[in-house]
Amino acid sequence: MQKIYIPRDMLAKALGADEVAAAITQEAKARNVSVQIIRNSSRGLAWLEPFVEVDSPKGRIGYGGVKVADVKALFDANFLAGGEHKLGTGLVEEIPFLKKQERLTFARAGITDPVSLQDYLSHGGFAGLKKALTMNGADIVKEVTESGLRGRGGAGFPTGIKWKTVHDAKAAQKYVCCNADEGDSGTFADRMVMEGDPFMLIEGMTIAGLAAGATKGYIYCRSEYPLAIDTLKEAIDIATAANWLGDNIQHTDKSFSLEVRRGAGAYICGEETAMLDSLEGKRGMVRAKPPIPALEGLFGQPTIINNVLSFCAVPFILAKGAKAYADYGMGRSRGTMPFQLGGNLNQGGIVEKAFGVTLRELVEDFGGGPYMGKPLRAVQVGGPLGAYLSADELDIKMDYETMAAAGAMLGHGGIVVFDASVDMSQQARFAMEFCAIESCGKCTPCRIGSTRGVEVIDRIVAGENRDANAIVLEDLCVTMTDGSLCAMGGLTPMPVMSAFKKFPEDFGFPRQKNLAAE
Amino acid sequence: MAKISFTEFDSPHAAPAAEICLAHDNKPDHLLEILHDLQAKIGHVPQDTLPVIAKALNLSRAEVHGVVTFYHDYHQHPTGKHVIKICRAEACQSAGGFAVITALEKATGAKLGETSADGRFTLEAVYCLGLCPMGPAALIDGKPVAAIKPKKVDALVKELA
Repeated sequence: MQKIYIPRDMLAKALGADEVAAAITQEAKARNVSVQIIRNSSRGLAWLEPFVEVDSPKGRIGYGGVKVADVKALFDANFLAGGEHKLGTGLVEEIPFLKKQERLTFARAGITDPVSLQDYLSHGGFAGLKKALTMNGADIVKEVTESGLRGRGGAGFPTGIKWKTVHDAKAAQKYVCCNADEGDSGTFADRMVMEGDPFMLIEGMTIAGLAAGATKGYIYCRSEYPLAIDTLKEAIDIATAANWLGDNIQHTDKSFSLEVRRGAGAYICGEETAMLDSLEGKRGMVRAKPPIPALEGLFGQPTIINNVLSFCAVPFILAKGAKAYADYGMGRSRGTMPFQLGGNLNQGGIVEKAFGVTLRELVEDFGGGPYMGKPLRAVQVGGPLGAYLSADELDIKMDYETMAAAGAMLGHGGIVVFDASVDMSQQARFAMEFCAIESCGKCTPCRIGSTRGVEVIDRIVAGENRDANAIVLEDLCVTMTDGSLCAMGGLTPMPVMSAFKKFPEDFGFPRQKNLAAE
Repeated sequence: MAKISFTEFDSPHAAPAAEICLAHDNKPDHLLEILHDLQAKIGHVPQDTLPVIAKALNLSRAEVHGVVTFYHDYHQHPTGKHVIKICRAEACQSAGGFAVITALEKATGAKLGETSADGRFTLEAVYCLGLCPMGPAALIDGKPVAAIKPKKVDALVKELA
């Protein structure tokens, strides 16, 4: 029986994967061909979705962008045996976009069935947890610390130090929380991991539980990812039934249980303390720090909070050792980062590379530049609170320190490309508007400042007291940066001011030659 | 758990609301899940369920009201027959998202954030569905759709009729 792989990923489905799978089943039946359709995870080659793959002696052969209307012709071309067809990509592993990557977190992407425990185990799954089950908490913390892993959610805080704080805290109950509500526009690696490799997240969180002595974990997942929520719940049930979760994991004296909680469409709940309030059933209001969540977190107890990708880096670190992970990367940014190429690009998707890759390599070599032929004008890195970079800044190296030094941030690794049709004054306005919509309202600079920001930008664009209002805008941004309680208000000035300073011509000011876009 | 009486609430929604709370063991930290479940059952979160939930979870009405109004997901009024959530975030903007929103407003007769006069469509903004490489993207009655072109919007909406 010939195996056919069709992703069950949300993006593949959004482009018709379910319909293609049904059409292939039907056509195979009509032709009396016996096939087995496997709904695998996505490779992360977004422009090729729905990406249909078949086995061959040399490896999997792919067919990209398959539509229902193509199915008959694919059978005619004998695609089951890897036959030639205009949608054919040849050997999948040889596709340059994929071949040039360094995939650790996404090592199984596109290869396994997300909810097959057997697939997971036969591709290195739970090797990290098996190791962790033989270690004590302090040694697990030490291994994670030595790997140099830093939080992948944006701030880049060393994961080992956070874990040590929770490990050293004394409490009857500690918690592990996964912040799966980091809904930065342009980021989708969390979603793909949860939909495509949920056991990896379960494994990473369980290791965190063992490290800190926490027996209960929550995954707070944004409601905009309905398939991720369903997949996680399914995977947790499977893992629990197979004793990879629950009491006495794999006949040891260690226990850890997991629960998925849905968010409800509030961006601010991606801020860790707002997430805690939301997990407790309250409005997602940001808490003042201190106390830090590592000491007083969920229900007032010591809590490890990490992002999806941070937890997912941990199984590799435990299985292969801290050094194997730290060998990737540069400076104080160790390991790999799954960059997410989105927006106006020919080839969007996941590019997992060691830190230090340049933005140009990502958007040009991998991404293939903007589609529709217009030149690239701006790139927003790090989500809606990340800076806009101009076309002449593309040689910047992608690591935490270099980005920070350039007044930008890596954030969650989302990269959104805009072509020459973009009006940067409107992007700046949108950043303020988004902050006004999503602010939790606790602190004044964020709550009021964002609304005033929209108004001031409107006045500047309309030519009303332009010079004076430009000063007001800068002043407002300084107030928001310095006076906001959390990153929502504190970082909104980053996209605003980067757009304003690098693209003044869009705001009605003369263009600065040294910062010119083209 | 002591049985709580809900007989004082004269609302057809009181019984299902109380049932859903009980299915969550009347735990206050489950409030978001309870509201999700209630909305899945009734279509929105009716005002008259708030005191029921408050009593079940031992919260004040103000606390429940606060949560319902804080989160974008909860509808306080019935929605249209079809709910279209269209992404308004940066990656979809860069791929022509605003033109799609304009086309959707025209095709459905609903402004963004509103329900059409004929009650058929509710159009809502959403900020990122994680389909960023192939925008503009939307959730149409919960089903994801990506790479939407403005000229394809009419056909998409007609399919829903």
